[in-house]
Amino acid sequence: MMLNLSGRKTLQIQTPEGVVFNLVAAGLFTRFLAWTVDGAVVMTASSVIGMGAQFLMILSPDFANALMIILYMVISVGYGIFTEWQWRGQSWGKQLLRLRVIDASGLKLQLSQIIIRNLLRPVDLLPACYLLGGTFAFWNRRGQRLGDLAANTVVVAIPGSFAVNVQSVEEGKYNSFRDYPHLESRLRQRVSPAEAALALDALLRRDEISPEARVELFRPLAAHFRSLVPFEEKVDEMITDEQFVRNVVASVYRQAGSRSSRTAPIAAD
Amino acid sequence: MILDLQQFIRAERPYWNELEALLRRIEEDPGARLPLEETRRFHYLYDRAASDLLRISTFASSPEILGYLEALVARAYGEIHETREPRRRFLFRHWFSQQFPQTFRRHLRAFWLSLGLTVLGVIFGAGILCVDPDAKEALLPFSHLQGKPSERVAEEEREKGQSLEGKKAGFAGFLMTHNIQVSLSTLALGMTYGIGTVISLFYNGVILGAVSYDYIQDGQTRFLIGWLLPHGSVEIPSIIIAGQAGFVLAGALIGSRKRMTLFDRLAAVRGDLVTLIGGFSMLLVWAGIIEAFFSQYHEPAMPYGVKIGFGLLELLLLCGYLGLSGRKGQLGETAP
Repeated sequence: MMLNLSGRKTLQIQTPEGVVFNLVAAGLFTRFLAWTVDGAVVMTASSVIGMGAQFLMILSPDFANALMIILYMVISVGYGIFTEWQWRGQSWGKQLLRLRVIDASGLKLQLSQIIIRNLLRPVDLLPACYLLGGTFAFWNRRGQRLGDLAANTVVVAIPGSFAVNVQSVEEGKYNSFRDYPHLESRLRQRVSPAEAALALDALLRRDEISPEARVELFRPLAAHFRSLVPFEEKVDEMITDEQFVRNVVASVYRQAGSRSSRTAPIAAD
Repeated sequence: MILDLQQFIRAERPYWNELEALLRRIEEDPGARLPLEETRRFHYLYDRAASDLLRISTFASSPEILGYLEALVARAYGEIHETREPRRRFLFRHWFSQQFPQTFRRHLRAFWLSLGLTVLGVIFGAGILCVDPDAKEALLPFSHLQGKPSERVAEEEREKGQSLEGKKAGFAGFLMTHNIQVSLSTLALGMTYGIGTVISLFYNGVILGAVSYDYIQDGQTRFLIGWLLPHGSVEIPSIIIAGQAGFVLAGALIGSRKRMTLFDRLAAVRGDLVTLIGGFSMLLVWAGIIEAFFSQYHEPAMPYGVKIGFGLLELLLLCGYLGLSGRKGQLGETAP
């Protein structure tokens, strides 16, 4: 387990074949939101049962009352266990917030793990509102609350669908880095996925910020990429920081068609 | 490694989609077994996705693709590399007659510790009231226990259990759920290295001791035993079993088996904890029914001798069940 570049906790698993993959641990706030959704589901289900019990009141108020008390407990305790088992580590709240409970070793989640993580909630809730569990999860390197630690489970964020929207950034712009394929190659080796994504994001949102702020934003980004791969002065001097970052992004995400025509505009890709 | 990202995605996406569809099928029906051909295909797709992940992780591509592939490989990895024993079909008869009593006996030291702390609390609670009778108000935070025991007994005997008429089922439901929640908390507090479990058991003992001393010194011993024994003979051991489970959990945390890692120790006791939870919950359901429908009747409606006899019989049966049930199976299992 480690922190990734965005400061989020990640769970690193190495398969026997030597493949290493990282799963991003869910943030505390997202988990809190999912818990709120689940709480609302439990409350709604209890209300529905309460309404159903009103009919039983006619037959036996005592029996209806007992049924309500027992069913409320069964729902509040059993909801998490049932949904996480049925939907492979996802309750309704977790589905909505794109979270999943997984075995910390990456193996299949077992029923006993789900039961333990759900039934140990009383200690995480202490003294109120998940203060103990939340504090523990904040300091824990896997973002586990106490119930997760006992069950050897981790709540991870599920990545959404992917789409690389580079074209809108590149459109109509000439990339002078194309004349230096060896430096482009080095860029692809040295720029991490998170750095590339950050730069792409900055370019996609450049129209939302003022010109002064744009200058301030792209200066450190360009400086960082320049420190990774130094280009010749004549290339570097001719372009602004923003253009430099745009060229980096275009080189990193470059498509096949552009490789053969060095001087063609990137938009032709 | 230089990689053409768009072409790579175009070429590999159909395989990822196929793997995803296969995974969805497996996940939707955990009991299903894939035919040999499909299993081979599944393994091939997993290998391919894993190798794609390896290729793409050396390239400064979009983190979204990396994340997607990592999640996909993680799901397939979980299915392919799972070597733990598959879940057996749950059979209540086997669980009741073998699994629960065997698990209870496997952690007998934790049970004695739990019982010892409760007894210590009982002695402490009784001792405090003996030394300082005014401490009753602070020790017993229940209004119906605040008055003079003899007055309460007289009132209970006069009304012949009428006050609960038409409320018994609701009362039983309340007792069951409340006691199960208290027991679950006692177990969960094992995660505080057992400190919370110690406090919880000791506090329960203090209340029990204070109540008992209060009734005994007021000459109401027969009422007390007749009132507590029918449900207490099952309820109190259940809470002690919850404490036992809490200590099993704490033991795994502290690390009595030094050669194992924390995760291995916790994994080793997880199944036993679930069994103990099932066991004490089942006993508490029974105790709730008895407390609501039987314990609240006193003389002259119900002779104390009958209540005490019933309570003793339950205790005897419980001891026999936990101490003897499933011994044959246990011996058979350990024999070479």
